[in-house]
Amino acid sequence: MAKDLCKTLADLKEDEVLAIVEEKLKAGADPMGILADAGRAMEIVGNRFSKSEYFIPDLVYSGEILKKINELVKPKLTEEGGAKTGGKVIIGTVTGDIHDIGKDIVVFMLDVNGFDVVDLGVDVPIQKFVDTIKETSAPVVGLSGFLTLAYDSMKQTIEAIKAAGLRDNTKIMIGGGQITDEIMNYTGADAFGKDAMVGVSLAKKWAGIK
Amino acid sequence: MEKQWEAMTADEKQEAMFAQWLSPQGVEFASPEAEKAYKERATRLKDAIQLKKKPDRVPIMPMLGFFPAYYSGLTPQDMMYDYEKLSGAFKKYVLDFEPDAHIGIAIPTPGKVFDILDYKLYARPGHGVAPEYTYQCIEGEYMKADEYDAFTQDPAQFFANTYMPRIFGALAPFQMLPNFANIQEIVFVAPNLIPFGIPDVQNAYKALFEAGNEAMKWIGTVGAFNVEMAAAGFPNFLGGFSKAPFDVIGDTLRGTRGMMVDMYRQPDKLIRALEQITPMMINMGVSAAKQAGNPIVFIPLHKGADGFLSEEQYKKFYWPTFKEVLLGLINEGCVPFPWCEGGYNTRLKIIRDMPKGKVMWGFDLTDMTKAKEILGDFACIGNGVPIDLLSVGTTEQVRDYAKKLIDTTGKGGGFIMMNGAALENVKPDNVKTMIDTTKEYGVY
Repeated sequence: MAKDLCKTLADLKEDEVLAIVEEKLKAGADPMGILADAGRAMEIVGNRFSKSEYFIPDLVYSGEILKKINELVKPKLTEEGGAKTGGKVIIGTVTGDIHDIGKDIVVFMLDVNGFDVVDLGVDVPIQKFVDTIKETSAPVVGLSGFLTLAYDSMKQTIEAIKAAGLRDNTKIMIGGGQITDEIMNYTGADAFGKDAMVGVSLAKKWAGIK
Repeated sequence: MEKQWEAMTADEKQEAMFAQWLSPQGVEFASPEAEKAYKERATRLKDAIQLKKKPDRVPIMPMLGFFPAYYSGLTPQDMMYDYEKLSGAFKKYVLDFEPDAHIGIAIPTPGKVFDILDYKLYARPGHGVAPEYTYQCIEGEYMKADEYDAFTQDPAQFFANTYMPRIFGALAPFQMLPNFANIQEIVFVAPNLIPFGIPDVQNAYKALFEAGNEAMKWIGTVGAFNVEMAAAGFPNFLGGFSKAPFDVIGDTLRGTRGMMVDMYRQPDKLIRALEQITPMMINMGVSAAKQAGNPIVFIPLHKGADGFLSEEQYKKFYWPTFKEVLLGLINEGCVPFPWCEGGYNTRLKIIRDMPKGKVMWGFDLTDMTKAKEILGDFACIGNGVPIDLLSVGTTEQVRDYAKKLIDTTGKGGGFIMMNGAALENVKPDNVKTMIDTTKEYGVY
């Protein structure tokens, strides 16, 4: 019998993981079962990151392995896989700032934790956030920014969300290399996250997920 | 002279480089007072760095982004396209705030050069971001995962044939360039010159010449600024520029994601490439510092910060070649000035492994009490009021923070007040307060 997929993936052993997946598929295993194992593995990866056992390279690499698993599994999928149960989250890097590494890691961790993430990309115009909240009624918005110039873009974005009458039903988190309590207060956000897993915890809390 | 230099110890070389910095060539001081002020400022910084003598007070050396532009009501785009405005805004900053040193005006960079060459590696004001924002690197895999062998075999050729065509639209024809190392005897000459007869290649060179002319205009302003500021009593802190080999690969060749995956999929090739880059980074810093007559070599650090790598990963991939760069610079009399953006708490014990008084570490979000405790006996450390406070705090908060920092980290010397994240559109009153508090409260 094949080795434990969940454990092997959580330990980031790419070659072994892919061999196990191929073997399972050949043996006629349920593709959804494979994805469920992968999902559990990503939860372990996230926990290890929270405990500083894993670091950014490990998160990035886990994402790369997961991509390959998806490529193998996809042709065998009969149903639309992985219904999102966590709720909608809108994420983007604020106007004037084109940094995407931190944002992409947050998007990835939210996604593997079951959230339906609307990723607006980088240098996102203020109005785009407002329009997307209107369209999707997403209860959680994440604003990303690496530049210190992003402080004002975040503040202006949150003010625009407020002016559009959407602030009361929207929880807003911010994140980036130079984000602190001071900046959270300045921008008017509800919370900030030091790393991707804090972002996931905030989104879960706000979506009422334990 | 050359022989004498070779015979000197690293210590003597550093002293000789500092002596040049203290008596800058080609500078006629505006007044005896300006000369005295220049020497006092440079000596203050030198004493803080060398740890041989306590300076008269804590030196203050703000690290700038485009702050002078915002302070003058101008944009980063103005700085990149109008050299007179560039020079004017930075002069106004130096003369209004009177820091112990400035960092020159080369970092804003000339926009026209990039336009002529169709530079794709950065989003720039007016090209990818709005005029009031700063230039930002567009991360990507400009070197592919399977190109390590080509890179390691001949980095210069890889840059010429592969990298330049990818990052400069106007230099795409450089793909056709020959390798000059092939021109070894008479029959090899003409065949290798054929590419230079191709109109596309010739047009690429025309663009390069045009960009070169623009760079000449720009450097005229940059050089004149340095001379004028020195004459007025203000030294330039930065003599040269270098990078940690890991950041060279991670920032603009493989990209962060690409390199992080390489750490798993092809660690040996990554390490070989890092080793290949190491002497290049030493030469880059040494040659610039010698030319400038200033030993301080600025090394902004990116991808080795807390969280970016585990301790094990840092020790395996980041530190060995970075350490070699530091030692290579030190041996040539330079003072490496690594500027640790983000947090560097988990690296402090590792980076302590350096000769005393030879490195100056700039910190951003690192716990400075810990930094002082671990590095204080070995190296000068720099830190300042955090960028969030400078951006949105009150002058009172800034003053309190600066005083506390002077009391703790400044104790006994070996400390320079400098901020750990570049100043952009922060509150001018806060910058002034950080500088003035250091001058008034930082006297030893």
